[in-house]
Amino acid sequence: MSETLSTSDVASFEASSASLETRTYHLKIWRQRSDRETGGFEEFTVPDILPDQSFLEMLDVLNDSLVAEGKEAIAFESDCREGICGACSLVIDGVPHGPVPGTTTCGLRMRIWQDGANITIEPFRAKSFPIIKDLVVDRTAFDRIIQKGGYVSVGTGSAPEANLTPIGKQNAELAFEAATCIGCGACVAACPNASASLFTGAKIAQYTYLPQGQVERAQRVQKMVDQMDEEGFGDCSNHAECEAACPKKISITNIAKMRKEYAKSLFS
Amino acid sequence: MIMSPDNIRLDSQVPDGPLEEKWDNHKQAMKLVSPANKRGYNILVVGTGLAGASAAASLAEMGYNVKSFCIQDSPRRAHSVAAQGGINAAKNYPNDGDSVWRLFYDTIKGGDFRSREANTYRLAQVSVNIIDQCVAQGVPFAREYGGGLANRSFGGAQVSRTFYARGQTGQQLLYGAYGALMRQVDAGKVELFPRREMLDLVLVDGKARGIVCRNLLTGEYERYAGDAVLLCTGGYSTVFYLSTNAVNSNVTAAWRCHRRGALFANPCYTQIHPTCMPRMAEGQSKLTLMSESLRNDGRVWVPKKKGDARPAHEIPEDERDYYLETKYPAFGNLVPRDIASRQAKEKCDAGFGVGRTGHAVYLDFADAIRRDGEDLVRGKYGNLFDIYEEINDENPYKVPMKIYPAPHYTMGGLWVDYNLMTTIPGLFSLGESNFSDHGANRLGASALMQGLADGYFVIPYTLGHYLAGVKSELESVPVATDMAEFDAHVDEVSEGVDELKDIGGNRSANQFHQDLGKLVWDCVGISRSEESCKKALNEIPKLRDEFYQNLSVPGSKEDYNKELENAGRVADYLELGALMARDALDRNESCGCHLREESITEEGEAKRDDEEFAYVAAWQYQGRGEDEKLHKEKLEFESVKLSQRSYK
Repeated sequence: MSETLSTSDVASFEASSASLETRTYHLKIWRQRSDRETGGFEEFTVPDILPDQSFLEMLDVLNDSLVAEGKEAIAFESDCREGICGACSLVIDGVPHGPVPGTTTCGLRMRIWQDGANITIEPFRAKSFPIIKDLVVDRTAFDRIIQKGGYVSVGTGSAPEANLTPIGKQNAELAFEAATCIGCGACVAACPNASASLFTGAKIAQYTYLPQGQVERAQRVQKMVDQMDEEGFGDCSNHAECEAACPKKISITNIAKMRKEYAKSLFS
Repeated sequence: MIMSPDNIRLDSQVPDGPLEEKWDNHKQAMKLVSPANKRGYNILVVGTGLAGASAAASLAEMGYNVKSFCIQDSPRRAHSVAAQGGINAAKNYPNDGDSVWRLFYDTIKGGDFRSREANTYRLAQVSVNIIDQCVAQGVPFAREYGGGLANRSFGGAQVSRTFYARGQTGQQLLYGAYGALMRQVDAGKVELFPRREMLDLVLVDGKARGIVCRNLLTGEYERYAGDAVLLCTGGYSTVFYLSTNAVNSNVTAAWRCHRRGALFANPCYTQIHPTCMPRMAEGQSKLTLMSESLRNDGRVWVPKKKGDARPAHEIPEDERDYYLETKYPAFGNLVPRDIASRQAKEKCDAGFGVGRTGHAVYLDFADAIRRDGEDLVRGKYGNLFDIYEEINDENPYKVPMKIYPAPHYTMGGLWVDYNLMTTIPGLFSLGESNFSDHGANRLGASALMQGLADGYFVIPYTLGHYLAGVKSELESVPVATDMAEFDAHVDEVSEGVDELKDIGGNRSANQFHQDLGKLVWDCVGISRSEESCKKALNEIPKLRDEFYQNLSVPGSKEDYNKELENAGRVADYLELGALMARDALDRNESCGCHLREESITEEGEAKRDDEEFAYVAAWQYQGRGEDEKLHKEKLEFESVKLSQRSYK
């Protein structure tokens, strides 16, 4: 073991990276100081990008070069960079999360863009998602919708033994599929009405499929839908753009479910 | 900077009595705060991952006034969301011989006998309540056809005790805790402060009584006063720059508490997870985990021939080395993480690695797909296979995955006693940000368990005990945010931010972070030696000097400025990195994830030295660039017999 110091990792890695092909991209990026000021596009050229680098890593490279020149970095959000936290939120060439279906922006690799490609980058645009700066928007409206009922009201310590409540595999799967929503807001950005129906519908549907969700079923759907309206999100008119943009491929049947639940709740 | 006195006595506060009865006895003996009086206490909870969200929700339900802080735009994005594989609990549903004792024993053995016996036992005890709680919240765990909960096995165990929600268990558990938190927000018992970064801890009369945060949207320094502060801010794996943690994960809140006198324990215990996607490109910003659950069905191998460049499918069965199965027949591919990581590194260092860089081994599902069919494999791991293909452009149903170890979790953290209180009265630390339960190596599916154990089932008891015990002292010193103590802290924080902002150099914090990461990975990574630790101790201060001369932070202090956020975090990591090397140098034994090249058995396994090193190393801050002072908590083992770990 002592014959091989751990430095070998980095050294061999750098040697193997040295000979790889690199690409240059031409970017048109939305810059805006705040929601009180008007924004506009700014153009950048980014050289020396490896095909295996991610889209956000390309922006990291650009930002490092801007910072080195004392210029302000482009503000964008990301955190886990593995498609699960829901922080990243760009509209790339007109499509929320870019051209690959079922993928968040952070999952995109530059290999899908040819050398010399032009790429336009904008923030998620919706009245209920005010722009904070450049590509960063405020999505706290989603938290306020969840606050109104996106949970089962069970206090810590008062839970019964877990296996006392059997749940059929099919319902468990449906609940899980709905629960995979990461709250990124691509559904809102993709919708011509800027509706939050897919986000809200998925959370309501999750609890509809589960026995734990039954007690508060009627009031949950009413309160969450009312809050969704109050936040200024538009209504759903079945374009299904949300489903197409959703990085977790959440089905619009969840919206149908929400509407049915809402109608039913009025008579319960 | 206020430093705690030299005569620190590390009292673990472990209750008397037999191991099995300690927690129950302690619960009986602890003081209580009456429901009416709970309304009079303000609790500040920093972080909204599994530990923070579950603690904030539980305390609010009990009646405390809670303020909850996070750096993200929403509590739902805390990095617990990314945990994949599962959560352990001693339910014994599969009837395969599990018990609280066995979960405890596996955990303490997995940690190579470097954790506190009583804490680890309590963790195993409350594990069963966690599953009940989460199911009641509507967390959609995997289920069998009969409707009961499904289990799978994980590394370091010979029973199936891991509950899971496909490869997204952390996400589902976090959304459960986040829902509980938001319910309390709606009830007016929790006030939420997203996009706030805690930059200082305020002590009044020697007790934690407040925090100073920077509002990440406006740059304003905000003051919050309270009766106790709970730090639930996660681990410090991003000190390596490249890790499986989120890019915003950081040590800053914990480090600022460390500077105020909270001791930092076992900083060198960092877990390098064996199954991650290998590094691909220069300029890469993070590494992605492939859940350990994959080792249930995936077989790890490398070619028997050095430098064999043939594609995997052209290498015949008898020319493949399934090295974990041959070397560890009892546990096979499910050996603990530290062992799997070191074995992979040894194979690659010896020239048997695969892929473009030679720093990868295969994780092969061909046998599982032949045995169970592609659909069943997809049902268990579908989303992981998708992520793999998305990043690597290879279909793991057809071609074996390539994996390599990556920094993933840190067992070290703020020193806490049995009540989860740090060396600063009133400052508690929960989840990954403390050091307490996993010793020198954490077993898979135990991080989620600890975060929720601390938040749901430990702190609701121990916090009340503390508050009731110091009631008159808290009342005699009412705190308000206009006190001189707050003024002084805000001044200090703002001077610190100005210092970074005004350097006017030409390198981004991100670039310094990459340099630091490489250095720490090379010197205090999968294996360490006296030479490598000394190298780190020599090089890191030079890098720190360059940082303070050549950092560039453009933009304003008064609005959203990621560069400024990063600069503060990298500044703290430059201090922590040196402490990790110091701790690793000091611990001249191998244990768990800490492999000292000078201390290995004839078979190449880690060699512990219980005579010299059966203690917790807790470090006391002495100022920027100064050597920290070491304090030791001797580990007492009353119930388990220390043995050299064997997974053969």
